[in-house]
Amino acid sequence: MTNPNNPNVISRQSKIDDQEYKWGFTIDVDSDVAPKGLNEDIVRLISEKKSEPPWMLEWRLRAFRLWEKMRDEEPEWANVEYPSIDYQDIIYYASPLTKDNDRPKSLDEVDPEMLQAFEKLGIPLNEREALAGVAVDAVMDSSSVTTTFKEKLEELGIIFCSFSEAIQNHPELIKKYLGTVVPYSDNFFATLNSAVFSDGSFAYIPPGVRCPMELMTYFRINEADSGQFERTLIIADKGSYVSYLEGCTAPIRKKSQLHAAVVELVALDDAEIKYSTLQNWYPGDKDGQGGVYNFVTKRGKAQGINSKISWTQVETGSAITWKYPSVILQGDNSSGEFYSVALVNNHQQADTGTKMTHIGKNTRSTIIAKGISAGKAENTYRGLVKIMPSAEGAKNFTQCDSLLIGDQCGAHTVPYIEVKNPTAQIEHEATTSKVSDDQLFYCMQRGVSAEESNYMIINGFCRDIFKELPFEFAVEAGNLLRVSLEGTVG
Amino acid sequence: MLEVHDLHASVGEIKILRGINFTVKKGETHAIMGPNGSGKSTFANVLAGRPEYTVTKGEVLLDGKNLLSMEPDVRAREGVFLAMQYPVELPGVRYNQFLKAALDAIREHKGEDQIDIRAFNQLLKEKGDLVEINPDLMRRNVNEGFSGGEKKRSEILQMALLEPHLALLDETDSGLDIDALKTVADGVNRLQDPEKSVILVTHYQRLLNYISPDFVHVLIDGKIAKSGDHKLALELENKGYDWLRETIPPVSETSGESAS
Repeated sequence: MTNPNNPNVISRQSKIDDQEYKWGFTIDVDSDVAPKGLNEDIVRLISEKKSEPPWMLEWRLRAFRLWEKMRDEEPEWANVEYPSIDYQDIIYYASPLTKDNDRPKSLDEVDPEMLQAFEKLGIPLNEREALAGVAVDAVMDSSSVTTTFKEKLEELGIIFCSFSEAIQNHPELIKKYLGTVVPYSDNFFATLNSAVFSDGSFAYIPPGVRCPMELMTYFRINEADSGQFERTLIIADKGSYVSYLEGCTAPIRKKSQLHAAVVELVALDDAEIKYSTLQNWYPGDKDGQGGVYNFVTKRGKAQGINSKISWTQVETGSAITWKYPSVILQGDNSSGEFYSVALVNNHQQADTGTKMTHIGKNTRSTIIAKGISAGKAENTYRGLVKIMPSAEGAKNFTQCDSLLIGDQCGAHTVPYIEVKNPTAQIEHEATTSKVSDDQLFYCMQRGVSAEESNYMIINGFCRDIFKELPFEFAVEAGNLLRVSLEGTVG
Repeated sequence: MLEVHDLHASVGEIKILRGINFTVKKGETHAIMGPNGSGKSTFANVLAGRPEYTVTKGEVLLDGKNLLSMEPDVRAREGVFLAMQYPVELPGVRYNQFLKAALDAIREHKGEDQIDIRAFNQLLKEKGDLVEINPDLMRRNVNEGFSGGEKKRSEILQMALLEPHLALLDETDSGLDIDALKTVADGVNRLQDPEKSVILVTHYQRLLNYISPDFVHVLIDGKIAKSGDHKLALELENKGYDWLRETIPPVSETSGESAS
């Protein structure tokens, strides 16, 4: 892209018109769709569709009644702007239809169209072709489609299934843990989710078991005008370990779609949960039309002694991201980690970060957040490190790095620190940088194209985060980054 | 191979090059010397296409092709290499991966396949030995935490690896101790080849004790004030540059101290 007035200048005019969201196709399957709008009947309908026991419906209704009282409490403190959401204009339940209107019992019963669609998304559900070493729960709109490698995991006593199945088959675990990390009264979106949550994944790792494969849930919004309200609960019993992956995409829709999920993690004594997310919901077009509103509550409780919870997220999608994967460090010597890359382009907005609440003695937390802003996008890191009086010897290290591409985007860092125990050690580092002309020229002078140079430099910026991801996910994260950056250098 | 006709270039409003005429044939080594601010670094950077310089007039042909119309990456693939005076750090970008991407881009341009990773590692080791570089650097991030000397050796290593037709060395000798200087000079000498040309930009004569140029040009106030053979360099060492200033007409505009 030579500047016509000056052949020696590399033009930085963006060509975002070319940008494509290659996951934007619609899957043509028949769906069972509830009427638009939210009221007590819809909550009852969802519960009924899922044949839930009365205690579950009761819980939903308590949440719904509370949410009605909270209607004016939609959070406004985040650094994001969007037109007010009409909660009566959303479909709260949409499920792909199967032959007998039931969840498919085997892959043969799954609509071939849907199998193909997941394959196109890079998630083959046929176990023979499935990703090596990854068990997948595929969720479309309000329902889980299928879960792979279930039997193999069962041999070890590991439960990995859809949330709906867990309510049926493992009610004691659900009753014991549901809402213990994110209560239904937690916040506006979590309360909404508690009333209308549809499906999601459930995992339980028994004491002393190291889960031999990655557990993965792939979330897909398909239906137009539908919201996605999944709920995930992962319990790592004493001395167990699990690595869990979450991937998300949605079709291109002119109208924005709401995604309000809740994720709860519980790690007991000496247990470790590693939770990785590649979030690639449809970000909207270059003018900011459409895209997913991603309002998510994710929290882990490092409940046991020496337990560990680690969040790694790569956020490239969504029109708006509002998300703070957090850890409550309750057990003595427990640790929490948050590694994040949030990339926003065009008109995307992200307000994301973490909360580390130190309660137990000698608890440790590490936060490394990398924000990349391009186009006209706004990126905010918001974090809270809270040291309670009981947290003798707590330690936190926080590093927030922002990278700006172009001069119309913004990066903001809002770190809160609350220390109520004088023995705490807190470190905070923050930097803001740009991809410099010198760096680009250096790469290009070695023969590397402008686009590739830009990618290489930004990929380098993200290296500390990508190395925390499981290998296949790290490769995918690199690809996502590449696609999301297309057109940011001319 | 390289023909420069009446080249003028500026940074912002400041004119730095004011009409350079210059020809390099295959296999030749040219040294460009001159006082600070004379435009010698600018000249090398303009040939490589550094974006902050604006060419206001003139023409540069590389093997008959219009060099100035090419983007910097295309120039590099066409065989122009600039060993930089201040190599920039690329945090998080692994040195070996960076160089493989560069070599593959150049090979692709020549219609060759990507280099096999093992062959590449072997090649990188050979070239590294040539410039006596610490092999640990290959696993580090590009130029990050490299000492001044390591950065210069690294530039020569990259040049050896990428095998350019036209190598531009921008004050590669500055800041080097005598051992490093010898190693760097040795690296450059090994690259000399009847098909390849070198332009050395240097402030001091001492590099020319180890690399013998075919021609020496003195740049003053953006123009070549005098050209000669390597004896001219010795003459400059004894007499400085001032005696040459009188040979070109005085200029009224700023002479551009920022462009050393």
